[in-house]
Amino acid sequence: MPRTMLEHSIGRLQTQLLEFGARVQHVIGQSMDALKTRDRALAEAIIQNDAQLNETRFRLEDECYILLATQQPAAGDLREIVSILLSAIELERIADHAKNLAEITIHMGAEPLLKPLIDLPRMAELAQVMLGRALDAFARGDAQAAEAVAAMDDDIDNLYKQIFRELMSFIVEDPRTVTRAMNLLFAAHNIERIGDCITNITERVVYAKTGRLQELNVGTEVS
Amino acid sequence: MMMRDKPVLTGAPGTKFQLAAPVMTESAPADATAMPKLRISHMNFYYGNFRALADINLDFPENQITAIIGPSGCGKSTLLRTLDRMNDLVPKTRLEGQVLLDGEDIYAPNVDVVNIRRRVGMVFQRPNPFPKSIYDNIAYGPRLLGIRSKKILDEVVESSLRRAALWEEVRGKLHQSALALSGGQQQRLCIARTIAVEPEVVLMDEPCSALDPVATLKIEDLMRDLRNNYTIIIVTHNMQQAARVSDFTAMMMMRPDGAGEMVEFDRTRVIFTNPKDKRTEDYVTGRFG
Repeated sequence: MPRTMLEHSIGRLQTQLLEFGARVQHVIGQSMDALKTRDRALAEAIIQNDAQLNETRFRLEDECYILLATQQPAAGDLREIVSILLSAIELERIADHAKNLAEITIHMGAEPLLKPLIDLPRMAELAQVMLGRALDAFARGDAQAAEAVAAMDDDIDNLYKQIFRELMSFIVEDPRTVTRAMNLLFAAHNIERIGDCITNITERVVYAKTGRLQELNVGTEVS
Repeated sequence: MMMRDKPVLTGAPGTKFQLAAPVMTESAPADATAMPKLRISHMNFYYGNFRALADINLDFPENQITAIIGPSGCGKSTLLRTLDRMNDLVPKTRLEGQVLLDGEDIYAPNVDVVNIRRRVGMVFQRPNPFPKSIYDNIAYGPRLLGIRSKKILDEVVESSLRRAALWEEVRGKLHQSALALSGGQQQRLCIARTIAVEPEVVLMDEPCSALDPVATLKIEDLMRDLRNNYTIIIVTHNMQQAARVSDFTAMMMMRPDGAGEMVEFDRTRVIFTNPKDKRTEDYVTGRFG
C-alpha cells in the first residue's frame, strides 16, 4: 500500500509519544513522593531531569514539523500528526508542573507540615491514573474512552476545592500559617493544572479519531 | 464584495472603461442556499454505448474555485467538457440530464452554443496560443464578436493582460509572437484570451501540469484573484494544488462498470481534514491504488 514511509513515521511518533507519556507519569509520582517524604535530593533530581523532558518534547515537535513539511499529510494522517504534536506540548507542560511541585518541596525546607498530606497525594494519584488512561485511549485511537477519561478531571478539581477551603480556614483561624498554607495551595494548584493538561490530551485523541474539535468536561471554574 | 469592469464588448459609443485593475477583495463565503452558478442535474454521459458519467449531481458556487479531483480515467475532463459543450465536437456522444447555467439548461434546443462558450471559457492543459502576436491573440475573440474600434480593442487587450497578471511583462512587445513567451507566460496569455470575451465561468483542465513550480504558483495566485470576478472550475491531478487553491472540492471515482461517479463534494478544508467518505480519505491520503 502506498505511503508506507508515512505510516511508519506516524507509528514511530505514536510510540515515542507513549514513551514520553510514561516518563511524565512517573515524574508526577516522584514529585509527590519528594513532597511527602521531604526528600530534597529527589526534588533536585526532578528539577535537573526536566531539561531532558524538554528535549524530548522538542525532538517530537521537530519530527512532526518535518512530516508536515515534507509529506503533505491530509485528513486522518494530518489529524494524527497534529494531535501528537499538541499532546507532546501538553506532556511537557505536565512535567513543568511536576517540576514546580519539586521546587515547592525545596522551598518548604524543613518547616513542619500544616496538616498531614492526604488529599494532595490522592490528587497526584488520580492524575497519574488519568494520564495512564489518556495514553491508553491515544494508543487505541478510542475517542469514547478519551471522553470518559476527561470526566476524571472533575474528581481532581473537587479535591482541589476541598484543599482550598481547608487551607483558607487555617489561614482565617491563624494568619501566621499563611506561608505554609500557600505552599500547599500552590502544590495543589499545580496538580489541578496537570488534570487540565491531561484533559487537553484527551481532546486531541477525540480530534484525531473523529475530526471533532470540542472542549471536553466543561465544568465550573476552579481558579 | 466584488467589482467587475463595466462591459465593453457592445461597441456602443461612449462606453466607459476603467483601465486600472479592479479592486480585488475577498468574496463573501459561499451561501449554501444561494443559486449555484452552474448546476449539473442527474447527468449521464455516453461515448456511443459506453456510459462515461453516471448520475452526476453537482453544484458549482458562484465566484468560488471548485476543484474536481479523482484518479486517472474517472471522467473528470469529460465532466468539465460537458460544462461548455465541448463534447459536442466528439462524434456519437450523448448527454442525459441537465447542465444549468444561471438556472437555464445549456443543452436545451435552440441554445446558442457559441454564446455558451463565450460565457463559459476554457483554459487547456498545454498552453495553446495562436501563432499570432500577443495583441492579436487577445483581440481575436472581441474581433469575432464584432469589435472594430482600435481604442476599445487596445483597452480590452490591456485590461485582460492586467487581469491575467501579464501586462507588465509584455507591455513593450505586444506585437511580438506569442510563441516566443515562456510556458508560464503563454498559459497566462491563454487565460487573458479567455477573459477578454468577458466570460462568467472559467474552466481549467490541469492548467499547470505543463508548467514549472514557479509558473504554477503564479497561476495559482492569479486564480485566487480571478475568483472575485469569475466562477472557476479546475480539474487537477495535483492534490496539493487542489488543497492550496480551491474553495470547494468534488471527488470523483470510477465505478466497476467504468462510469465516473461523484463520491463527495464539500468545502476543501473539510475534504482535506475530515472527509466523510472512506474513498475520499483513501485518495487524499495517497492510499488509493
